[in-house]
Amino acid sequence: MNETQNKLNAALGQAVRGRITRREFTQLALASGVSLAAANSMFTKAYADEPKKGGNFKVGVGHGATTDSMDPGLYPDQFTGTALWGTLANSLTEIDADGNVVGDVAESFESSDGAKKWVFKVRNGITFHNGRTVTADDVIASLQHHLGENSKSAAKSLLKEVATMKADGPNTVVFELTGGNADFPYTVSDYHMPIMPKNPDGTVDWQSGIRTGAYKLDKFDPGVQASFSKNENYYKTGKGWFDSVQFLSIKDAAARTNALLSGEVHYMDRCDLKTLDQLKASPDITVSEITGYGHYIYVMNVTQKPFDDVNVRTAIKYSMPRDEILEKVFLGHGTVGNDNPIAPTVKFAIDPTPKHSYDPAMAKEYLKKAGLESLAFDLSVADAAFAGAVDSAILWKEKAKACGIDINVIKEPEDGYWDNVWLKKPFVASYWSGRPTVDWMMTTAYAADASWNDTFWKNPKFNELLVAARSESDEAKRAAMYAEMQQILHDDGGLVNMLFNSYVEAHAKNLGHGKVAANWQLDGMRVAERWWFTS
Amino acid sequence: MHPVLKTVLQRLGLGLLTLFVVSVLIFASLEMLPGGFAEAILGQGATPETVAAFNKQIGLDRPAAVRYVEWIWNILHGDFGYSYAGMGGSIKRSVSDLIAPRLYNTFFLAIMTAIVAVPLSLFLGIMAALYRNSWYDRTVNAVTLTTIATPEFFIAYLLMFFLAIKAKWFPTLSTVSESTTLLEHLWRAGLPAITLTLVIVAHMMRMTRAALINLLASPYMEMAQLKGVPRREAIVKHALPNAWAPIATVIAFNLAYLVVGVVVVEVVFVYPGIGQLMVDAVSSRDMPVVQACALIFAATYILLNLSADVVSIITNPRLLHPK
Repeated sequence: MNETQNKLNAALGQAVRGRITRREFTQLALASGVSLAAANSMFTKAYADEPKKGGNFKVGVGHGATTDSMDPGLYPDQFTGTALWGTLANSLTEIDADGNVVGDVAESFESSDGAKKWVFKVRNGITFHNGRTVTADDVIASLQHHLGENSKSAAKSLLKEVATMKADGPNTVVFELTGGNADFPYTVSDYHMPIMPKNPDGTVDWQSGIRTGAYKLDKFDPGVQASFSKNENYYKTGKGWFDSVQFLSIKDAAARTNALLSGEVHYMDRCDLKTLDQLKASPDITVSEITGYGHYIYVMNVTQKPFDDVNVRTAIKYSMPRDEILEKVFLGHGTVGNDNPIAPTVKFAIDPTPKHSYDPAMAKEYLKKAGLESLAFDLSVADAAFAGAVDSAILWKEKAKACGIDINVIKEPEDGYWDNVWLKKPFVASYWSGRPTVDWMMTTAYAADASWNDTFWKNPKFNELLVAARSESDEAKRAAMYAEMQQILHDDGGLVNMLFNSYVEAHAKNLGHGKVAANWQLDGMRVAERWWFTS
Repeated sequence: MHPVLKTVLQRLGLGLLTLFVVSVLIFASLEMLPGGFAEAILGQGATPETVAAFNKQIGLDRPAAVRYVEWIWNILHGDFGYSYAGMGGSIKRSVSDLIAPRLYNTFFLAIMTAIVAVPLSLFLGIMAALYRNSWYDRTVNAVTLTTIATPEFFIAYLLMFFLAIKAKWFPTLSTVSESTTLLEHLWRAGLPAITLTLVIVAHMMRMTRAALINLLASPYMEMAQLKGVPRREAIVKHALPNAWAPIATVIAFNLAYLVVGVVVVEVVFVYPGIGQLMVDAVSSRDMPVVQACALIFAATYILLNLSADVVSIITNPRLLHPK
């Protein structure tokens, strides 16, 4: 962008905010060689993009069940996450649109002692919806909710490295961790850990829905809808533009699409990929596509035959026609994976070499190295793992024949898939919605002692690096360690990362927004806080 | 004892037995399903410790027989218990609170549909019998058979496309809540009601027509014709009273369907009815809710079949005044 354009943009910003008049802006634009018509349209467009207050924002979400609870430890998915966290509440920290961690309820945070001790400063004057000021005690009670023996929380394992939490004055929380973790601020940004008001008896009030967020809860009908109205005292300036927000659970994709087309909702997630072109053709709708952290994978148990041989694993990795699957099953909505679970947009991500793509010659070569002529195995799949798991597996089966690999695709029942198939059968379809840091993802699924280590892969070098990198404060050294870990996993692990899926969502044209976050769907689940109506 | 009263009492007794069997069957089949409530709720995030904590809190660590007896004992005392969801917290969600608004919505839609569909199909059926094999008969048959042969979700999408998106007469979503006014509820439930009407009219219409045509061949109808009674009057006055029994049976069957079988329509129109609630509860193994729904569904069938039988007895003097 050249200097004239820069100046014009700056002037445009001032004009929109009313600091210079539209006439002055137009004169300036004309002086820099822009035509009158162009100057006018620049002004109109910029004015429309400027956030405006008001409106009733309705979102159609493809999730939600009558068993949904207000308890944040049990938030299962997008509906509870987006409505009861992203709209209603704040965590200690948040992930911004660029994937960096920034303070939210915490104003600042710093570590000492090799990232073993973390001090979080609670933002001054931040209040709950009932007007009470948030203190360090509320923070501690909110996190304590996930700990303890009787906790049913999904965040329990995330916080297991917390040894002690202490309040140091009303605004300071001190965490002592069992081991150094430079990524701890990322952990507490999780949507299961909103800050809630403490009860007099030391427990936390998760039931009432009193939180700190941009909107107050009006009504929550589990599995049906959740409605909110604006919190006039919200601490963030320039966020939370709508007067009211409503989330509707519309599980049927066609119904969701129709609701958007008829204007009953302004935003929908999980568009039906097969009819996406028709949706794009509608003049009032914008379709957005973001490559997130989420990935669709097939995982083998490396402790079982024949997957205990690394050459067999590599042969299998070369036998998958990833590009063709992406194009035919997912209609191009995604990015092919390279057996690295770290999304390209995550800090420290690398693209390991050699790239694992469909190559029958290489697959055969590795089979030969393993001393095999051909290979046959069962692959357990169900669309419960991810939509398209069965179709992808069948396409894989057909193409793997040319590699001398015979895949017996077993369709498992969707109901109870996570109980009976995942972590039980030797080779299964699975998915991860991804994590914002290398450490978090690796600790969750690839560390030797992880309860979700679905490949049962225990690589000593990898685990050493994982622990060392966690407390390493030199960024360059950390980057090198993470690069090595990703390479080891790529070469040796039991993970076949087929592709990173895209969040394909659609919204009415009269919605405005900034850069869209990639960490979760629905703009990092905070669409209600970050977006606005332009008209 | 009066035959009507006797039948009613007999049926109610059998009905109670049926309900008991249904409850055992449902409970046993849910027990046999793999996975439990904790695993279903926690999904991929279920670790052995969290599952154990969960099961302890909702009492699932006890033997199935104990839980069943406890549950049936409470039901006999009018207490349907609490949903497993939110059981750990201080705000328990009782099954009755969970079901009541959904059941109201379901009955609202069922009654709304029935008010349109039953008279419509009777009228169409009688006319079809009257003008048998005419172009009218053929058209009505062709149209209704087409609508019954088309999957209901497809009819729903078609109606949504033409009446909601193109014509904008109806909303695409039928979301209602307690604060919805009666008129708005009627408007919002319009498309689902039309869809269901199209689905059930064929069955009732064909049955009416068939029952009447059957009787048209009987000697007394011939007699009526010979003594010069107009055809229309002969059908309405002489044939119809004898046809009520089969018609009532098929109407009862369709009304029961309207209460228990419309989950697809509920999902497509996002109508908060009881079918969706039960499906959610089954997939998350929320036993108390599933059990309560199943009992309500079974009771609906029993009561509607009972009414059909009562109608057949009342309309048939031979049954009403047995020797």
